[in-house]
Amino acid sequence: MKLPFLFALTLLATPALADWQLTLDAARGQTVYWNAWGGDARTNAFIAWVGDQTEAKFGVSVEQAKLSDTAEAVTRVISEKTAGQDEGGSVDLIWINGPNFLAMKEQGLLHGPFVADLPNAKYLDLGPTSPASVDFTVPVEGMESPWRLARFVFNYDSARVDAPPRNMADFVDWAAVNPGRMTHPDPSNFMGATFLKQALIELTPDAGVLQQPVTDAAFDAATAPLWDWYDALRPNLWRGGETYPTNESVQQQLLNDGEVDIAMTFDPASAAAAIADGLLPESVRVFVPESGSIGNISFVAIPYNAANAEGAKVVANFLLDPATQAHMQNIEVLGSFSVLDPARLNDDAKAKFAALPSAPALPTLAELGPTLLEPHASWMTRLTEEWARRYVK
Amino acid sequence: MSQNGRLLRAVVLGAVGLGLIAPIVIGLWQTGRAAFGILPALGQNMFSLEPWGELQTMPGFGTSLRLTLVTGLGSTVLSLVLATGFCAAVHARMNPSAGARMLTPFLAIPHAAMAVGLAFVLAPSGWIARMVAPLAGWDRPPDFSTINDGWGLALMLGLMVKEVPFLLLVILSVLSQIPVAGHMAAGRALGYGRGIVWIKIIMPQVWPLIRLPVWVVLAYALSVVDMAIILGPSNPPTLAVAVTRWFTDPDPTMILPASAGAILQAVVVGLGVVLLMVIETAGKRLGRWWIRRGGRGLSAEPGLWVASAAVMALMAAGLLAMVSLVVWSLAWRWSFPQILPESWSLKPWGAAQDGWMRALMNTLLLAGATVGLSLALAIAWLEGEDRASRTRAPWAEALIYLPLLIPQIGFLYGLNVGFLQIGLSGGIWAVVWAQALFVFPYVMIALSDPWRALDPRMIRAAAALGAGPGRRLWTVKLPVLLRPILTATAIGVAVSVAQYLPTLFMGAGRVATLTTEAVTLSSGSDRRVTGVYATLQAGLPFAAYLAAFIIPAMVHRNRRALSGVSTT
Repeated sequence: MKLPFLFALTLLATPALADWQLTLDAARGQTVYWNAWGGDARTNAFIAWVGDQTEAKFGVSVEQAKLSDTAEAVTRVISEKTAGQDEGGSVDLIWINGPNFLAMKEQGLLHGPFVADLPNAKYLDLGPTSPASVDFTVPVEGMESPWRLARFVFNYDSARVDAPPRNMADFVDWAAVNPGRMTHPDPSNFMGATFLKQALIELTPDAGVLQQPVTDAAFDAATAPLWDWYDALRPNLWRGGETYPTNESVQQQLLNDGEVDIAMTFDPASAAAAIADGLLPESVRVFVPESGSIGNISFVAIPYNAANAEGAKVVANFLLDPATQAHMQNIEVLGSFSVLDPARLNDDAKAKFAALPSAPALPTLAELGPTLLEPHASWMTRLTEEWARRYVK
Repeated sequence: MSQNGRLLRAVVLGAVGLGLIAPIVIGLWQTGRAAFGILPALGQNMFSLEPWGELQTMPGFGTSLRLTLVTGLGSTVLSLVLATGFCAAVHARMNPSAGARMLTPFLAIPHAAMAVGLAFVLAPSGWIARMVAPLAGWDRPPDFSTINDGWGLALMLGLMVKEVPFLLLVILSVLSQIPVAGHMAAGRALGYGRGIVWIKIIMPQVWPLIRLPVWVVLAYALSVVDMAIILGPSNPPTLAVAVTRWFTDPDPTMILPASAGAILQAVVVGLGVVLLMVIETAGKRLGRWWIRRGGRGLSAEPGLWVASAAVMALMAAGLLAMVSLVVWSLAWRWSFPQILPESWSLKPWGAAQDGWMRALMNTLLLAGATVGLSLALAIAWLEGEDRASRTRAPWAEALIYLPLLIPQIGFLYGLNVGFLQIGLSGGIWAVVWAQALFVFPYVMIALSDPWRALDPRMIRAAAALGAGPGRRLWTVKLPVLLRPILTATAIGVAVSVAQYLPTLFMGAGRVATLTTEAVTLSSGSDRRVTGVYATLQAGLPFAAYLAAFIIPAMVHRNRRALSGVSTT
């Protein structure tokens, strides 16, 4: 009863797909400034490829504004709002997730909802509980469009590590035997916070509460085992847990330098890609905790004052094209898993995915095991604050 | 003549006031408002002290503040001592222009690039450890904190590698204005040791000429961000890094305590400068008593040699760091404990071509425009002073230093808001303007002292021969000052190339330069591509410095006193 009604409401609330031609017409000739983290050469090259394609197909060119932190783009939009620049803004499209999305959504800094207008949205599973519909449990509500799949995995050097830890609790014993051989990025960074969240999900008595916004009482009860675990782990971390790499890329470099034996990433293909690029030893492999690991989807969003919103939509739609997603999933290109729902693909598209090359360090979807849902975004903020309160002196 | 001078001064002051000072005041005003709770975009319209309270409760706030003071003051004082000792020990034995040539690579390379290189040299998996590994039997890097150490020693070392050569150059350039050889000969003849002549006779003359560069070094060391991110403690970091992180926190309300932190950072820098002034006053009194007491002080000599050895060690580390960047840019696989890469490749250079060519062009355009503007303004200012026969008022001096004394991150946020309000942001000209805020003061600093130290007899002779003010400027002053002008240009280029935050903020991330690309890439994991950008980053200012040496040598090849050859 409820779903058809919602569907009808969606149709009423947003322009029909026939209007897509209007968007295409308006977009022609626009330059889309895509604000995206610029620390990964392969992602930058992929974004450049996207720009070439959309230029040729739709007359929309893409300029990547390379960020070292996504929050830079959020700050930029806030500055523009402060200055009263409510149109013609400098940011057209942002690669965004979690807290940054929550912040922009709460401050009314986003354009949309627009996802349902995209013709290629038909390949997505947009059901209310699907990963494409929630970002850190915050309902997306059409304000951001998915483009790549992320799964929390560990990379380890199999030449140095015989048996990697099987779950988060195991890390304590492993680190005690191998002191100084593992670390995690600083929790002020997304990846460091994810490491803590993965442990929280495994160690907390009732993981269900993590899907609700955090409360003081729930936080204390849920995180007590986590801090016990961390207090036991920390003295055996790299450099005695006195310092942490700033992000997962720096940590990957530590793995390459042999300073640590285990690294972590949100991209299951990053190990295979880095090996092919000469950035990791051939012996690096991927593992995930037995009970599964956190997964989420990377999104793109359009600021409320974007100067080239139509072009941004064309780019967002192009990213969801099955051919684009298959190209992206190619380990020789980016190796990021597709966000499309396989059940909605036609045989032609399925064949494109099936024909993709493989690599020894590339895990199969089966090896990745079950996907755990991200805790509500408010948990991450509380978790990193509490971590800083306890361990930053 | 004085009418003319007054007009020129008015025009220059107007340009400086509107072009350089007003934007900073606007930026500071916006940041200051946020520091006291006013941020309309987030619906905060009430004056409050809450951001300051919040700032104090930030985890590690006290440690951050202490680290800032220790690394900033420590590296500045040590750099000054070492640079002075080195000059005292080797000045007589060194051809100044050869010495300056030796310093060039250290001045040219931006702080961020040097930090990346030093991190690789010093890290437990770095070059030094790799050289030791076969002897120590390490098959994996030792678990030491040689970088990001909790005391900030690596950061201090990094700052000193950059600051000692800068101070050496500054001291060497003012020494050409002082009859060092004569003083030294007289002092030695009276039985004073070389070190004591230096400290008692030469330094008191040098200090007033290098005081301002030292302040700038101090302000920079207290508020450095890029180098502190790479080499400094991270848990917690120095205050400047912490403030930068708070500004870019996903939670936008963090802008409030971040703004308070930015204002505090400015206060810290101000107090640091005041401290130096107090030490200077005390030093003057103490110094007079000490000179009158009259010790010969032969024993100062070993201290000078220790200082010299320390300077040489710093330079060796810096040199290794620079070489490591080039080697990384040519490496393919390079794992511990290999001293050299296992495989080599030009791919980082080739693959980045589209990227780095565009960045290089933008960097060149920005450097050309900002240095050109700054140089014109600086010369107009100095000439205006000459024509009005007036020395610079202290408030005018303060104006020049304003951009260098206030931490960039704090007022840039507010400045961006200000620029947006007048509809100027996101373009290359907004970046030119923002960079000029930092380039102009350095150009002015580099040019002021040589300009004022110009032998007035030359000007008087020209005037006596009937040359008007214009002709005296074009045919006497500027040609004679060719070397300092070109040095100022090179410093300006180096400052422009190294600008990160102004380029990022005012360019809305759209104006990609070698530095913005290098810093972004250094947040990634490919040292090889970072090596390419860092090499180019250092190469551009290096070329400018090279020109600053070669051009005067060629133009002045038949002017012995101006050719840079030692006048002794």
